[in-house]
Amino acid sequence: MDQTHSRDFIVALEQGLHARPADLFAREAQRWQSRIEVVGNAQRVDGKSILDLLTLAAEAGTRLVVEATGPDAREAIDAIGSLFEQNFATDLAADAAPEQLESEK
Amino acid sequence: MKFSDFVAVEAIRPNVAATTKEGVIREMTQSLVDAGRIAASELESIVKAIMKREDLGSTGIGRGVAVPHTKHPSVNRLIGTVAVSQQGVDFESLDGEPVQLFFLLVSPPDRPGDHLRALENISRQLRDDTFCKTLKEAAGPQDVWRLLEEADAQSIAS
Repeated sequence: MDQTHSRDFIVALEQGLHARPADLFAREAQRWQSRIEVVGNAQRVDGKSILDLLTLAAEAGTRLVVEATGPDAREAIDAIGSLFEQNFATDLAADAAPEQLESEK
Repeated sequence: MKFSDFVAVEAIRPNVAATTKEGVIREMTQSLVDAGRIAASELESIVKAIMKREDLGSTGIGRGVAVPHTKHPSVNRLIGTVAVSQQGVDFESLDGEPVQLFFLLVSPPDRPGDHLRALENISRQLRDDTFCKTLKEAAGPQDVWRLLEEADAQSIAS
């Protein structure tokens, strides 16, 4: 039985939800089975698509509602919630290239 | 933020020659220099800044599209250009696919809203398969420009 969980977030990024946070959001959303949609600025978009997220043009202070529907909806919302709580600053380490690849260059 | 607000028509490259990520970025930035929109003396600095941004995470956001960009103090308004690669370029995209459509943006450091709205416009159009297809088939810069103008006209209507 699919459940829907949703949570409100305020975009706290100074530059709004631009390419990099949209990428982080979409990647996180893609990890989950549930359908994930984001509502903001009178639009509803697919949270797993960076292009969709960018069309929100969510500037700092925008309220977004994230809805997850599916077997892991609660976990998905929690995971996305962590992204917002850390203001998308989490993955700088993840973006760094592993040492093995560096030595191949 | 309409395309006509920030795309330099003389810098459009519907058949970009470069075959590498940095090559394309350099060629597109050079086209903005040739179009008189950025100073030749700033070319290296801008290319370097764009490549540094790519290091944080590829702007090859999938579906054969990339939006390389940077802020730079040498510009006082958002400027951009469009390029198409017929054979596709490895951009370390998120979906692993080569990129054919490039939208390059250079923004002034203090105007995040303009930058975001340009990204919004670009993204909205790129979600449309017809737009992407027509862009890839454009024979010359004027074809690309007409397509962008049509997109602008439609977004006013909607």
